[in-house]
Amino acid sequence: MSHRLRVNPIACEAHGMCAELLPERISLDEWGYPILDEEPLGGELLEHAIRAARACPTFALLVQRERGGRERSG
Amino acid sequence: MSAATAARAPTHTTETAPATPALPRLLAGIPAHGAITLERHLALHGELPQRSRRRRGVRAQALALIAEVERAGLAGRGGAAFPTAVKMRAVAQARRRAIVLVNAAESEPASRKDRTLLALAPHLVLDGGLLAARAVGADEVIVCACESAGAGADAVAQAIAERARAGGEEAELRLRTVPSHYVASQESALVSHLNGGPAKPTFTPPMPFQRGVAGRPTLVNNAETLAHLALIARHGAEWFRQLGTPAQPGSALVTLSGSPVGQPGVYEIEPGASLASLIDAAGGVSAPPRAALVGGYGGTWVGAERLPDLALSSERLAAHGATLGAGVVVLLSQLACPAAESARLARWLADQSVRQCGPCLHGLDALAHSLEQIAAGAGGAGADARISRLASLGRGRGACGHPDGAIRVILSAVQAFAAELAEHARHGPCQACARPAELPLPARPIQPAAQQKASPRR
Repeated sequence: MSHRLRVNPIACEAHGMCAELLPERISLDEWGYPILDEEPLGGELLEHAIRAARACPTFALLVQRERGGRERSG
Repeated sequence: MSAATAARAPTHTTETAPATPALPRLLAGIPAHGAITLERHLALHGELPQRSRRRRGVRAQALALIAEVERAGLAGRGGAAFPTAVKMRAVAQARRRAIVLVNAAESEPASRKDRTLLALAPHLVLDGGLLAARAVGADEVIVCACESAGAGADAVAQAIAERARAGGEEAELRLRTVPSHYVASQESALVSHLNGGPAKPTFTPPMPFQRGVAGRPTLVNNAETLAHLALIARHGAEWFRQLGTPAQPGSALVTLSGSPVGQPGVYEIEPGASLASLIDAAGGVSAPPRAALVGGYGGTWVGAERLPDLALSSERLAAHGATLGAGVVVLLSQLACPAAESARLARWLADQSVRQCGPCLHGLDALAHSLEQIAAGAGGAGADARISRLASLGRGRGACGHPDGAIRVILSAVQAFAAELAEHARHGPCQACARPAELPLPARPIQPAAQQKASPRR
């Protein structure tokens, strides 16, 4: 089972925490909104991703399980 | 606008069901005034296939109908061309009782096909809605008409009343009007509106087929798509496929407009037909057009040099990076300035953002600004590069497809009007820039301030 990042663009308010916590996979555009690398997350990176999702003030960052699985936001 | 078929003559002579595979299909037997009545509709097309009375029979019929739709290759006519059978199957598999939404919200400013279909052949659309309800096990069909589609909505209300008098309907039929702003016709926005929320797209999942109107699994199909379904159920997939191309079978409704067009209006065409033949059916053009906007406002600009050979099928349009989309074709006249028209369209699309998603709100504004700067001769050297960068960063980052459509049409303008834009970048506005806009750009209600989104970084 693999996991990928996704953002809820309606909930996102460009706080930028995610890019601080997961710079390996998340950069910010010129307005501060995240640009995600949607490659599967594995091992230690997955843990960081879950921590970043938990830290998002608007719960906009999601770590989604592949194969139509339920999403978890930390 | 007038409604007619590309094969004009049969429109006025067809008296019986279009059992022959030729055109017109959806627009067969339309009267000179008003809508086709229930009586006339049944005389033209015949009754719907009987519904089984046994529970297992109902289930078998539903599966067979979806399989027939799949064999027919019916794809959504609202713009995205998504396979209709795939949508139906997803809703049919849900456990709860489903609802069918007939999407005639038609918020494309240059599209008239859905409201025209409602106004002329409402019973074909209602048949399609009822058949879709059979396919997915729904007991309710809601026709969503745009609030500005007066005659279309009236005709549907009358048609529903006619059926109520005739009795024996297998599902409840209702009419709802929806706001006319651009993204209001998006599936999840329709669902949100019907659930009492704003007519704005929502984050998915849940998709409407998972949890839609009143929390129930919801099938959302375009009105024209369902009208085709009404004919497929009667005549079969083979019959349907005798018109059109392998990738785009059946007939299609197209709205042709623009100042050079003799008789702008809704035409039923065979996909694969040339633009030239459509123009002929519409009474020709006063002068060769300067360019065409194909698919919709989130579609593709095609320059004059490519128009003589343009064929209206997904296969042929793909070579120009275009699709038939919602069946929109707008011709620009020779008097129009393509730089000014495409910059105004970009600004209009940016203004249609419902300001929910940052990348759409800020990205489309920045893209429109760059194109406006180029058209005004104030872009500087980096404007082109900025457009490509903003475009590549902006795709797929909204809750709905609006930013993607806007980016697509802006990039197509950059390509189709490269010479004109370069000319404007060097010398500033041309004389034609000051002319009134040819593309209709309807005003939209102002967003309440509380719903606007601002980045906390700024």
